[in-house]
Amino acid sequence: MQSVPDDYRCGKALGPVESLQEHPQDSSKILIGYSRGLVIVWDQSTRNVHHLFLGNQQLESLGWERSGRTVVSSHSDGGYMVWSINSSCRKTLEPLMSTIPYGPFPCKAINKILWRTCDSGNHFIIFSGGMPRASYGDRHCVSILQGQSLVTLDFTSRVIDFFTVHHTEPEEEFDNPSALVVLVEEELVVLDLQTPGWPTVPAPYLAPLHSSAITCSYHISNVPLKLWERIISAGEQQSPRHSSVNWPISGGKNLAQEPTQRGLLLTGHEDGTVRFWDASGVSLRPLYKLGTANIFQTDCEHSDCLNQASEEEWPPFRKVGCFDPYSDDPRLGIQKIALCKYTARMVVAGTAGQVLVMDLSDEKSNHMISVAMVDLLQDREGFTWKGHDRLTPKNGSITFRPGFQPSVLVQCMPPAAVTAVTLHSEWNLVAFGTSHGFGLFDYYRRNPVLARCTLHPNDSLAMEGPLSRVKSLKKSLRQSFRRIRKSRVSGKKRVGANSSSSKVQEANAQLAEQAGPTDVEMTPVQRRIEPRSADDSLSGVVRCLYFADTFLRDAAHHGPTMWAGTNSGSVFAYALEVPSQEKFSERSVEAVLGKEIQLMHRAPVVSIAVLDGRGNPLPEPYEVSRDLAKAPDVQGSHSVLIASEEQFKVFTLPKVSAKTKFKLTAHEGCRVRKVALVSFTSLACEDYTENCLACLTNLGDIHIFTVPGLRPQVHYNCIRKEDISGIASCVFTKHGQGFYLISPSEFERFSLSARNITEPLCSLELVRLRGTTSRSPNFTGTPKLTQANGTHMLQGSEANGSPGDGTWTPEEPQAAFSPAPTDSPSSPDSPLDTTGDITVEEVKDFLASSEEAERNLRNVSEEEARSRGILIK
Amino acid sequence: TTRSPCGTLETKGMFGAEFRRFSLERTKPGKFEEFYGLLQHVHKIPNVEVLVGYIDIHGDLLPINNDDNYHKAVSTANPLLRIFIQRKEDADYSAFGTDTMTRKKNVLSNVLRPDNHKKKPHIVISMPRDFRPVSSIIDVDILPETHRRVRLYKYGTDKPLGFYIRDGSSVRVTPHGLEKVPGIFISRLVPGGLAQSTGLLAVNDEVLEVNGIEVSGKSLDQVTDMMIANSRNLIITVRPANQRNNVVRNSRTSGSSGQSTDTSLPGYTPHTVQNFHPEEDDSDEDDIIIEDNGEPQQIPKAVPTSESLESLTQIELLHDSTQNGFIPFSEVNLCHSAGNVSMEYEIHDPDKKSLEDGAIITL
Repeated sequence: MQSVPDDYRCGKALGPVESLQEHPQDSSKILIGYSRGLVIVWDQSTRNVHHLFLGNQQLESLGWERSGRTVVSSHSDGGYMVWSINSSCRKTLEPLMSTIPYGPFPCKAINKILWRTCDSGNHFIIFSGGMPRASYGDRHCVSILQGQSLVTLDFTSRVIDFFTVHHTEPEEEFDNPSALVVLVEEELVVLDLQTPGWPTVPAPYLAPLHSSAITCSYHISNVPLKLWERIISAGEQQSPRHSSVNWPISGGKNLAQEPTQRGLLLTGHEDGTVRFWDASGVSLRPLYKLGTANIFQTDCEHSDCLNQASEEEWPPFRKVGCFDPYSDDPRLGIQKIALCKYTARMVVAGTAGQVLVMDLSDEKSNHMISVAMVDLLQDREGFTWKGHDRLTPKNGSITFRPGFQPSVLVQCMPPAAVTAVTLHSEWNLVAFGTSHGFGLFDYYRRNPVLARCTLHPNDSLAMEGPLSRVKSLKKSLRQSFRRIRKSRVSGKKRVGANSSSSKVQEANAQLAEQAGPTDVEMTPVQRRIEPRSADDSLSGVVRCLYFADTFLRDAAHHGPTMWAGTNSGSVFAYALEVPSQEKFSERSVEAVLGKEIQLMHRAPVVSIAVLDGRGNPLPEPYEVSRDLAKAPDVQGSHSVLIASEEQFKVFTLPKVSAKTKFKLTAHEGCRVRKVALVSFTSLACEDYTENCLACLTNLGDIHIFTVPGLRPQVHYNCIRKEDISGIASCVFTKHGQGFYLISPSEFERFSLSARNITEPLCSLELVRLRGTTSRSPNFTGTPKLTQANGTHMLQGSEANGSPGDGTWTPEEPQAAFSPAPTDSPSSPDSPLDTTGDITVEEVKDFLASSEEAERNLRNVSEEEARSRGILIK
Repeated sequence: TTRSPCGTLETKGMFGAEFRRFSLERTKPGKFEEFYGLLQHVHKIPNVEVLVGYIDIHGDLLPINNDDNYHKAVSTANPLLRIFIQRKEDADYSAFGTDTMTRKKNVLSNVLRPDNHKKKPHIVISMPRDFRPVSSIIDVDILPETHRRVRLYKYGTDKPLGFYIRDGSSVRVTPHGLEKVPGIFISRLVPGGLAQSTGLLAVNDEVLEVNGIEVSGKSLDQVTDMMIANSRNLIITVRPANQRNNVVRNSRTSGSSGQSTDTSLPGYTPHTVQNFHPEEDDSDEDDIIIEDNGEPQQIPKAVPTSESLESLTQIELLHDSTQNGFIPFSEVNLCHSAGNVSMEYEIHDPDKKSLEDGAIITL
């Protein structure tokens, strides 16, 4: 330090070291940058200062040029300086070049800067931050500057770090970067630096599930190959590849077996999109994205034009990544989805009472959508809706890309959120329910068949707004989502943020638990004990709808029926007159109320299902006619299983008399959140299958019951009971698996079936470099086993960073990430934590036999001999 | 028989259609056995086992079968002691009891008209529908004295259940000594609510069970849900905060309602009462179905279990007897099958009482 001139020091300290960079050619030299601006080149072999740069601007980061002759430094004022090391003088007072790229107005700091050389001539300067403080200080940007071309990559979430993929062999003269990898808070984005325009490279995994908040999910098992291919093709046409570069990150090898069947997970989002995910294997792969916003007139014009920023704009922003948490209109949110996998017909229903019937088309189309309104209030007088307006559909014909194209739009009046929807593609019927009532629509003839108000006659005021309580619950849920998002990102050490979000969750839990009206005065730890009253303000909410071909009128004739269950324990059963296929255009469908059941305990009806004479659930439409399922037994007597939040009951049909029941809440004190009829196939014998009722409770437990005996079989803890959003997001598959959100961006997949397990089996091969680590170079990822009997396995899904496909070399000696945070100095603890989230955290080999591990090891040592051309750095 | 307003009592006995009038010493009635012998004598039925009953001042038909009630009958008779005599094997025990003479005309007509009586099944005396369950303390005999099992019966009342529960901690004796364990407590009673008006629950009572299921280890929310799920027939076992009002018992064998002292009932054990609780309220829980004709009806049970029906009848019978303060005979269970034959009884219309009183006929 003696070499630092006194007039530079002014008696003050140099400040903390901000940056340490090893010389690219000569590992004995280290570049050290101090906070105050002083930069030195330290020679480790001679242990003295090799060179001094007397910078006067507060330093943020440093970068070498490949040859080691030039150094670039970035500063807190939003500028960067280029320094040259000429061997003649040990001291450099002035930089070669100093610029504030987004000046002249005050700019934010440039947090990280890279210099990459190119054989084409112009070098790349890539940096994060540096935006004009006043106008764009809140943007999360990475700028790429090459010669005259500058692009400001505009991300929707905070930039954590970035690096380039380039040549690292010493014999290469230039870096020639092929790709830029940017890790932002919500996603990982790769840009192709070799193709003009620097397009993004589509990610084969780690797609952000929550690009807009997930509002509902729906799973389809055993998707027919034809539908599968059509969806994939629609998806490919939707997002053609601009970049020819392959994904530059090696994520290891997937050792899992090819999935035996195709599973499709549909997620509905707040912005009105439905995303189709390949959920057959471990990794969720995006297949296709369906938007519904384009058929409505919204305040903000919805299109992809955001990507093409206008020419004259400065800085030249370019929106990258697909994470977009901002919804233009909350009414667009998707509430319910139903899809018929045999006819490729889908129903999507949303927050403003919109129900869209769609068909999959391989061709582009330009057509008008027929719009119908269904008044669910019927003749209720003295009722005024004070909630949001219905969405206004666009006039005229609309152009639709290949994929799911809407043909009919049904709008419920009042436009409350749709709470239940079901589709029967054989009868051409769709049923939908809101907080006010339910309706039945014949989409073939495009006319409403039925509308029924479910509001209790006593309260004309309760439903005048958009479900004040439900809404506030949802709102606060969403808030807690945001909080979780924030707290996850800002690091686990932040107790403050966490505790506030847990408080919100707690409050939500209380809201969710309390069905009855609450006393404002009472202390929060008190609970009022009162039976449900008939005129609770939420009593009219339609909770489930169901179509069945069964015996409703008499024991001799079965026929189409529709069932609806409400929040107050009412079940309505309608006998339908559906004309035969040939006469569909001539005769209309008719619905006659057959039965009305009022459950005495008045708990909300969660699900309704009809069981055939053998006690099996009825098959789906077209399943029998296409020989995909056994015909239901219509000789024996059918029964109907009604699951409320408190108990399960099986009633005989057509004469409704109670057959079996199980009072879950009275026995266990837990309430039913989700139920599904699940078929479990024996592990020993493929032909033996049992149908059971799977039930997720508000405590996060999963109970399995026999059907129709309703005998409890087993139960497991699955989701933490505090994780309300996780419990609310759970979907069961037909074969004993399920998904739930463990964070806004991650699905956890679980299996209740010993036969049907999706395991992440994978290996990751590492190239040993100098200074080999002590850790085994091979990782075999296996699921974490949470239950001793092995039938319940919690498995990390794709977004959870399952090691097989979601991660990169975790013990890379030349760490890809610089230890310094690149943004937001206010949260110094964050970057490491966040990166920790997506690197391999829990790679422990429980299952793989030692033999296999050895074999893998051998493979690695063979691999090791070969050297690689490109190293991720 | 002499008539003496101060010393003797006029007595009118009826056996079948036969009347006998005689007098007794009011001050020295003697023993029941002597009286019994006298009745057999005056009615000339020396070897027939009979049941003796009398009409008390309230118009109730009450039995005379020991010295005590015999003396009571004699001392309260004013001015005439009216005696009814039945053959023991044909006895209709249901005829005894409160208001039997005035209200339960059907019972008396059974007594009086055997033809009519024969057609009706005997079970009519104690059908559950004749009784309205009320909130009560139950199972006193099987619970520790420190505990109280309360049945809050909301049926047919508009009153709210009217109470709140909270988390708290209580001290328990465990193998490791005294331990503080979390518990659930009554935190508040709503004025005018069922819980308060019955007086069976109080603030700070610790809730131990809900409808037979222990609450230990369950969260406040879980217990809340359990109570709401059972709210139509809520049975809560509490440890009262105030232990001074506990039911005091002399022995472990007191009756289920805390009133009866007789345990000689065959077939009755506290256990049957236990069985009776958890699911007995199905009739109340039955869902309502409206068929397409628009008529609401209760959903019938597909398979009514005969077992539960039996126990139900039995218990209600017990209820009946104890409520009336009638001490049941050991033969009480026979009354299901016993039919009255051949014996005919006559009863006097209360309106004719004065006339009877005036017309003095002596043997």
